[in-house]
Amino acid sequence: MKVTTKEHAELAGDFNGDEDRVNWHDETLWWVRQKRDKVVHQLPEWEELRNAASAIKDNVLGNLHGYLQQFEAKAQANGITVHWAANAAEHNQIVHRLLNEHQVTRMVKSKSMLTEECGLNEYLHEHGIEVIDSDLGERIVQLAKEPPSHIVLPCIHKKKEEIGELFHQYLGTPLDVSDPQVLTEAARGHLREIFITRKAALTGVNFAVAETGEFVVCTNEGNADMGAHLADIHIASMGIEKLIPEKKHLGIFLRLLTRSATGQPITTYSSHFKTPRKGQAMHIILVDNGRTIQLGREDFRNSLKCIRCGACMNTCPVYRRSGGHSYHNAVAGPIGSILAPNLDMEKYKDLPFASTLCGSCSNVCPVKIDIHDQLYKWRQVLVKKGLAPTGKIVGMKIMGAALSWPAIYRIAGKVGRWTLKHAPFAVNNSFNPWYKQREMPVPPGESFGEWYKKNRTP
Amino acid sequence: MTEDIVNQPGKVSLRGAGARDKILAAVAQNQPPQTELPDIGIFRTGAPGSVEQFVQVLTNIGAKAIQVKSWNEIASFITGNYGTARVVTPIAELANFKNIPENSTPHDLYDVELAVVKAHFGVAENGAVWVTEDNMGLRVLPFIAQHLAVVIDSGEIVPTMAEAYDRISRLPAYGFAVFIAGPSKTADIEQSLVIGAHGPRSATVFIIDQRAR
Amino acid sequence: MRVGLFIPCYVDQFYPKVAIATLELLEKLGVEVVYPLNQTCCGQPMANSGFQSLSKGCSDLFIKNFNEFDYIVSPSGSCVLYLREHLSETGHHHPDYLGSRVYELSSFLTDVLQVKNLTGSFPHKVGMHQSCHGQRGLHLSSMSELVAPVFSKPGKLLNMIKDIELIALSRVDECCGFGGTFCVTEEAVSVKMGKDRVADHLLQGAEYITGVDMSCLMHMEGILKRQGSKVKIIHIAEILNGDTGEGNN
Repeated sequence: MKVTTKEHAELAGDFNGDEDRVNWHDETLWWVRQKRDKVVHQLPEWEELRNAASAIKDNVLGNLHGYLQQFEAKAQANGITVHWAANAAEHNQIVHRLLNEHQVTRMVKSKSMLTEECGLNEYLHEHGIEVIDSDLGERIVQLAKEPPSHIVLPCIHKKKEEIGELFHQYLGTPLDVSDPQVLTEAARGHLREIFITRKAALTGVNFAVAETGEFVVCTNEGNADMGAHLADIHIASMGIEKLIPEKKHLGIFLRLLTRSATGQPITTYSSHFKTPRKGQAMHIILVDNGRTIQLGREDFRNSLKCIRCGACMNTCPVYRRSGGHSYHNAVAGPIGSILAPNLDMEKYKDLPFASTLCGSCSNVCPVKIDIHDQLYKWRQVLVKKGLAPTGKIVGMKIMGAALSWPAIYRIAGKVGRWTLKHAPFAVNNSFNPWYKQREMPVPPGESFGEWYKKNRTP
Repeated sequence: MTEDIVNQPGKVSLRGAGARDKILAAVAQNQPPQTELPDIGIFRTGAPGSVEQFVQVLTNIGAKAIQVKSWNEIASFITGNYGTARVVTPIAELANFKNIPENSTPHDLYDVELAVVKAHFGVAENGAVWVTEDNMGLRVLPFIAQHLAVVIDSGEIVPTMAEAYDRISRLPAYGFAVFIAGPSKTADIEQSLVIGAHGPRSATVFIIDQRAR
Repeated sequence: MRVGLFIPCYVDQFYPKVAIATLELLEKLGVEVVYPLNQTCCGQPMANSGFQSLSKGCSDLFIKNFNEFDYIVSPSGSCVLYLREHLSETGHHHPDYLGSRVYELSSFLTDVLQVKNLTGSFPHKVGMHQSCHGQRGLHLSSMSELVAPVFSKPGKLLNMIKDIELIALSRVDECCGFGGTFCVTEEAVSVKMGKDRVADHLLQGAEYITGVDMSCLMHMEGILKRQGSKVKIIHIAEILNGDTGEGNN
């Protein structure tokens, strides 16, 4: 996708250039958060479910070595071919090889954030393979040549009029038609044709069961099933952290996933794939791509518990007002900000700072990832690695020193207040980001320390 | 890619075998101490599933619930609503309608207007029904049809997903199975709910009175 | 009971009236309060920016100033949360014990002093801003994300004040966007969050916005003033201390 060197603050600043759009984006996602609140408050056991899910995922991380092998053996016994990919490149090569082996040059793909992470579409495109994304939102951003801006709602940043223009251009809908019903119907017709004609389908995996070797894919549209059940070859790509120990644990996760994601009690389809259809080839690719490194980071391994519901994005006041693309990573928002630095600290050094640490993300997380604490910890790691801007390092050192010496602090405070009072132009100018859209506080005549000395000390 | 292992004699010559060993070694080295699995039995309600709740939730998620006393009622509903359109059902009790013709491919079902399948049970908390491959004929049937109807027994409603998986553990094994909750839908365009994305445009659940059978 | 008063650096410098109100309120409630003169800052500004190592000087100073007290009270949820969570990470002996003795003002009143009534009057429509660190960090109030009983320690205290009218917000606990250095490094989003938060209070007819953290209030005050709004900000300590709302700027 688009190569960007801009950091979150600048991209968010661009997004905020159109305040009406920011309001619309914020309100649309807040509405999803409200739907989530409404449905979770109908379950008195909600917090217990979160505790259980978190504990199950803890157990998975602590026995991942065993569960992976158990899953592999069971899946193979079920007739599924299991592949392992250490990184994105290996994953993409495996997909390409499988398609070549089946002499397939056109593939239909349902939603898989992992393939976004791996840059699969670009890779296959470069090798002459056509990939059509079948999730409506993903198809829309694909037509727009943009990455998804949200892991559950890929085109949440786009207005229906913009989608109408795209569909007019690519799908031949009449000009100026923007009714979601009409546009969805057009996409239905277009994608039915794709489903019927594609011999290979790739899907993501929501959960993989070690006990049985089956995997579960959840969609509302039915696109994963339409692709998989009509194709001769079904490839399922999954990160190694998607495992759960036993089938009965789905009874916890399926209760949490969609309530957290969209406020629905469950997705329309929760499909359990265990064996290939007669005559069909079924492949699973188990992908590491940095996950084992994250597993070894004690402070950050909990991020691997993520079930990709997107609740942390919907609740995040920063995400809602900066847009998913401002995170310049396949996974945006709070969870993306703790996953991305594991992949590339230099490239994503800005993301852990794109937060006020308000903590709402951790509260909505269905598997209780301590997201905002990890954001704080990533900041410490990034600074220790020397990835803070020089100006910030100097400023922080001066501040840290001044605040360590009460006498210096008192003088600095006095000078600061004097300046604000008598030479406000030194502070209230375009070099001060505070002053751009906010007034500075009115400086009082004396500090509390000075008042206290006069009024309380004998 | 680690090709070294591929070319070693005596090893299984599979591409990716190097990645497997590498990943498993890294996992073994980096995984934390194992913790206990929680007791999830606490989530069983102990109560029977409520038909009323099931019907209510189905209505909320855009499905239609119809309580019937006999297969005849279902048959006349289908005839009344679908007339001469292509109706396909693998259900023996609805033998007046066509089953999937023998040797059909999934693609042959592209023009099915209504598919009618049996579900093993329904879940009151979310309106989902559990349909296994043996009740579909072909896996694609409940997805490719323009409309879907599902038949469940009124005595087969469990309260939550906790009981649902208990129930599944007592059913025969499947190659493919699915929880279906209502019609295919999307809200990808500005969060406006549209029914009928890629799958069925409507979902009707016939709840057949168990005492009538 | 000897209580050490910890005043956040920016309150000391810019909002001494909030510190005075805190001191007077505690004194009125019969507490022996001492303000150690050599205090500066909790160290959070550096730590939240990723420079926790540079906050060691502040931690040393804090321990030196406050180790002798039974309790340490501060009119800031954010500073207190930082001290409770991170004082132990700076390499001192028994720092956890000290951290657990640090209280945010409103929870000190409800949980330690168990205040049952207050004498003040504040005949105004007031919006209560839930500062995140106090709320989600110190659990001063229930949180809208959780399925749990509703409560509010600051709300309970404000309701003891005569004639006060607490307004209901459409988003009860959304962050204001201050976020420490976030307020300048992410200026655009910070300001937008602040504008939206302020707008919610204005929509419900607030005359005052109050809260347990002056930092959030300072941020919202900056926005209100730029907008030319007549709505004022006031720290909860001022209302609880019997400030009538007159004479505030």
